[in-house]
Amino acid sequence: MTTETTDAEPGPFHTLKRGLRLSPELRRGLAFTVVLACITAVGRLVVPIAAQQVLDNGLFTDAGPDLGFVLGVTAVGITVLAITTAANFLMNRRLFIVSETALANLRRRTFRHIHDLSMLHQQSERRGALTARVTTDIDQVSQFLQQGGMVLVTSTAQILVATVVMAVYSWPLAIVVWVVFIPVTWLIKWLQAHLASAYTDVRRSVAKLLSAVSESVVGAGTVRAYGVGSRTSERLDASIEEHRKDQTRAIRRSAFSFGAGELVYFGVNAVVVVLGAFLVAGGSMTVGELAAFLFLVVLFTQPVVIGTETLNEAQNAVSGWRRVLDIIDTEPDVADPVDGVDLPEGPLGVRFEDVRFAYPGGEEVLHGIDVDIRPNTKVAVVGETGSGKTTFAKLLTRLMDPTSGRVVIGETPLTDVRFSSLRGRVTMVPQEGFLFNGTLAHNVRFAKPDIGEAEIYVAFSELGLTDWVEALPNGLDTELGESGANLSVGERQLVSLVRAYVADPDLLVLDEATSAVDPATELRLSSALDAVTRGRTTVIIAHRLSTAETSDEILVFDGGDLVQHGRHAELAARKDSVYAGLHGSWIEQTRSS
Amino acid sequence: MTDVAAPPSAESSILRRGLRNIGDMIRIEPKLFAIGAVGAMVNTATTLFVSAVVGWVVAQVAVPAYENGEVALGSVALGVGALLGTSAIRFSSMCARRIGAGAMMFRVQAHWRRQVTRRYLALPVSWHQKHPTGTLLSNANADVEAATRPLAPLPFACGTLFMLAVSMVVFFLVDWAIALVALGMFPTLFALNAVFASKMAPRAKRAQELRAEVSAVGHESFDGALVVKAMGRETAETERFTGSATELRDAMIGVGRLRAAFEPAIAGLPELGTLLALLVGLARYQQGALDLEQLVTVAFMFSVLAFPIRAIGWVLGDLPTSVVGRGRVDHVLSATGDMDYGEREPATPAGPASLEFDSVAYSYPDGGEAISDVTFTVPAGKTVALVGATGSGKSTLAHLAARLIDPSRGAVRLDGVDLRELTHPALAATTALVQQIPFVFDDTVRANLALSRESADDSRLWEALAAAGADKFVADLEDGLDTEVGERGTTLSGGQRQRLTLARALAGSPRLLVLDDATSAIDPRVESRILSGLKASSEVASVLVVAYRRATIALADEVVFLDGGRITARGAHTELLETHQPYADLVTAYEQAEAEREFDEENVA
Repeated sequence: MTTETTDAEPGPFHTLKRGLRLSPELRRGLAFTVVLACITAVGRLVVPIAAQQVLDNGLFTDAGPDLGFVLGVTAVGITVLAITTAANFLMNRRLFIVSETALANLRRRTFRHIHDLSMLHQQSERRGALTARVTTDIDQVSQFLQQGGMVLVTSTAQILVATVVMAVYSWPLAIVVWVVFIPVTWLIKWLQAHLASAYTDVRRSVAKLLSAVSESVVGAGTVRAYGVGSRTSERLDASIEEHRKDQTRAIRRSAFSFGAGELVYFGVNAVVVVLGAFLVAGGSMTVGELAAFLFLVVLFTQPVVIGTETLNEAQNAVSGWRRVLDIIDTEPDVADPVDGVDLPEGPLGVRFEDVRFAYPGGEEVLHGIDVDIRPNTKVAVVGETGSGKTTFAKLLTRLMDPTSGRVVIGETPLTDVRFSSLRGRVTMVPQEGFLFNGTLAHNVRFAKPDIGEAEIYVAFSELGLTDWVEALPNGLDTELGESGANLSVGERQLVSLVRAYVADPDLLVLDEATSAVDPATELRLSSALDAVTRGRTTVIIAHRLSTAETSDEILVFDGGDLVQHGRHAELAARKDSVYAGLHGSWIEQTRSS
Repeated sequence: MTDVAAPPSAESSILRRGLRNIGDMIRIEPKLFAIGAVGAMVNTATTLFVSAVVGWVVAQVAVPAYENGEVALGSVALGVGALLGTSAIRFSSMCARRIGAGAMMFRVQAHWRRQVTRRYLALPVSWHQKHPTGTLLSNANADVEAATRPLAPLPFACGTLFMLAVSMVVFFLVDWAIALVALGMFPTLFALNAVFASKMAPRAKRAQELRAEVSAVGHESFDGALVVKAMGRETAETERFTGSATELRDAMIGVGRLRAAFEPAIAGLPELGTLLALLVGLARYQQGALDLEQLVTVAFMFSVLAFPIRAIGWVLGDLPTSVVGRGRVDHVLSATGDMDYGEREPATPAGPASLEFDSVAYSYPDGGEAISDVTFTVPAGKTVALVGATGSGKSTLAHLAARLIDPSRGAVRLDGVDLRELTHPALAATTALVQQIPFVFDDTVRANLALSRESADDSRLWEALAAAGADKFVADLEDGLDTEVGERGTTLSGGQRQRLTLARALAGSPRLLVLDDATSAIDPRVESRILSGLKASSEVASVLVVAYRRATIALADEVVFLDGGRITARGAHTELLETHQPYADLVTAYEQAEAEREFDEENVA
């Protein structure tokens, strides 16, 4: 992904600010949570202060050990502990409720936004990566907020409170502790950067691993048929081993960076022992204060050590968060117009006015198309692979916008039509019609959720598919499996077609929607479609020329140009034309020799 | 993911299975475990030693300094030396603990990943079809991770157990009253951790399941993005996704509530214990049962041992997930139905092979019969076309011919040898299957074509590409044969992928070519070029082809017509046209339609 290689990455604070702006829920009650965190941190002071009090005022008193006093200290200590434990409880609860609520909303928004981004975007980035945006990336943020984030807050509070108490006991010693501590933060920062790069490698190698595993699963048939099991397992082993090495390197670096924190703790302790001894001897510090100081150093360095680890997670979380924010900040290049209009009632015609299209950074694939599709007609679009047929269909349905020129539908520029109106009236059936995991009925209902079972049956029978449905093990309730895996490719196309038919659009665009269906079924479908397409406009990206023969108009594409258009008879009559060539080879293939 | 029906076993059973799982993993990497565990023990020992040093410093340095008003330099130096020396030992033992634990976990993960993926490659295609891709991916990834999760805190926990035992001895040696406080506190803390872990486990598991669900919904929805958009169903899809996301949110809030209840208690208990130890200790000090040094040491030990005890809680908390993960991994490892290959080589080493279906039947796992009583032959060097309506069982026959699946009755024979008796290399070298949905590897064009077959040098590859009508587009690619095609060949069009897989089949000079509607995404014109190229090829192969197009069928020496999984007619194309009406209806559909249309037009005229 490009986000990892960009040089000028915005800093983590910038990301946090953006993140908080986008999820204002996170800020609500933040101050209260911080107050609770501080109270929790105070709780950690009970033991050191109690130890100091017990030693100084309970033990080394002139009247000898004072058990009553110690009892009092213990009682106060327990009370404070109870209060701080309650604060800890409240803080934890708030933190979970606030962060989970905010992140569920962020998930929803990101999900929606990804759907709103154009097809271009969805192809250039892998779908798996997009799924990660709404899953693992946000999970990381949530984990960080609940564990790391809280640790950071309490750690900061703990460092502050420990500093204050240390200063009260002995300000010179407190300053010394800080002075030793500061250069260590630089060391930790350096180790952090080192560690972060190791984790970047881990992420990269896990992606490679997953891709290798998915090949062995998705391509199981091919692997088997070509006997390339050993080649595949070598690749798998290599990616597994690479991932393991990266993980081990990361854990090694993490151990060192964690150990650095421990070393600090001992260094500081040693300094405290030396200086403390002199201070006690000089009378500016009591024995109890020194003992308490040794406890306080734990309180002071522990957050540093734990914070070291937390900052790691923080880095992962922040980069995850940034990836999510980057998605949300991407403007959809095909956007729902702000003051969109509804399409006029009745059949729809479409006009292309000097429409050109190029994929970003690519060559132009459509060179100035001018064409008028009249309402209520059946239009076939033919041409060789790569001639621009599918691009034409995508522009027609506004899955993409032209680079220049415009598409006008029902006398309204396509870009002015409100999505809710457009998607209800214009429907495209793609070549690889995607089916969802669920029953047949569920898939048909995708187009129209409120449709009854009877109506679904009617749809199948109107398209002449009753026999097919009845042959299925459970009829409409047959489970189609993941991506419709329980059906053959041709059967999946049948279902997509019924689904589109049920949507009842005024402009129906079929993109080679029946390429894997047998000829008899295809013809049955197309004659059924003819009957039901009366009263609507149909554009068929045709794979088989049989469709073209029965169309009102044929558009012939060649190398991104519209080279011919007209009815079958006139086009076929022009001998050396592109259409005549296509048709000739079609006849050659479909007629008895 | 319901295939591992975890029986509602009692917690003891989870504990038992979890511990057995840990035992298995230790047996896989005993050395690294030993390094981690010894590191952890040394590390925890230094923790206790530090307590002693702190007590000693207060008693031997601070108190004399306070009393005498001067510092005993020797004692200070000793104290500092002890602290710094300990810190060096601590640092190295901590590294041993963490790196040992990590390296062990990653090695075990790699071990199981290798085993699981080996099974994927060994198990038959029919097994793959029964398991969703997502499940198999997570078996090799998330489930392996879950199974090994207790390994990360395991050495730490072992070190803690060891040290707890040592400290109890120390406590008893110091004073029985202090030991009683410890005896009260540590088991309570341990119990609190254990209860927390066991209560958390089902909630964490539920959250994990919901996370998988959110991921599945996201994946599916983005996979079907084109359909979602084309139908304007973004809002409904967002609602569906939000439903799962909301459930996940609620589950996580549940996790949070539990954590909120236990974590503060687990953090507060050692502090309470320390206070009590101070109180009891002072009372005992008054009675002269222990000295000041011991009092401080003991109080310090209470506070430093609190944290390591959590490691035991972590291990316990990870047990239930690890049991589930391990169960799923074992489900793959123990899956049966391996396609065993035979020892035999084909009867004839060269030239086109003959293929024979003898009373073959094939049943789906659910029992329905896809193919019944199919008998026909593809004679050596001949081409047989399989024709039938959508869903009539053609693809199943193609898969049987290439031995992706085995018949439930009857036999498929190559040159008279049952496919099940042939070696895998022999089978792969003899037969090439081109599937309906082309699959390409995330690799270069060359690697995709050659598939490490030695005979496939560049000139052979270009020949194959030419025969598949793919030479032009490959030559036009930026890096030619070295072009990376991307995951699943995303940089290529459907037709290009199909031609590439066709070329892959031809590159191996197969003796039997099985084409399963392998040209459906190719333009008719391009297809006719390819087919004529195939016919003119110098190396003649026997061909079994699933086809609709007349041109393809016309190439065939014989046509086998399938209807509902049975052969209803066989013979030459022209013969069947006359004798078998359903066949004629199917293949002359276009002509009939045209004729009707002309008839209608004439009547109108």
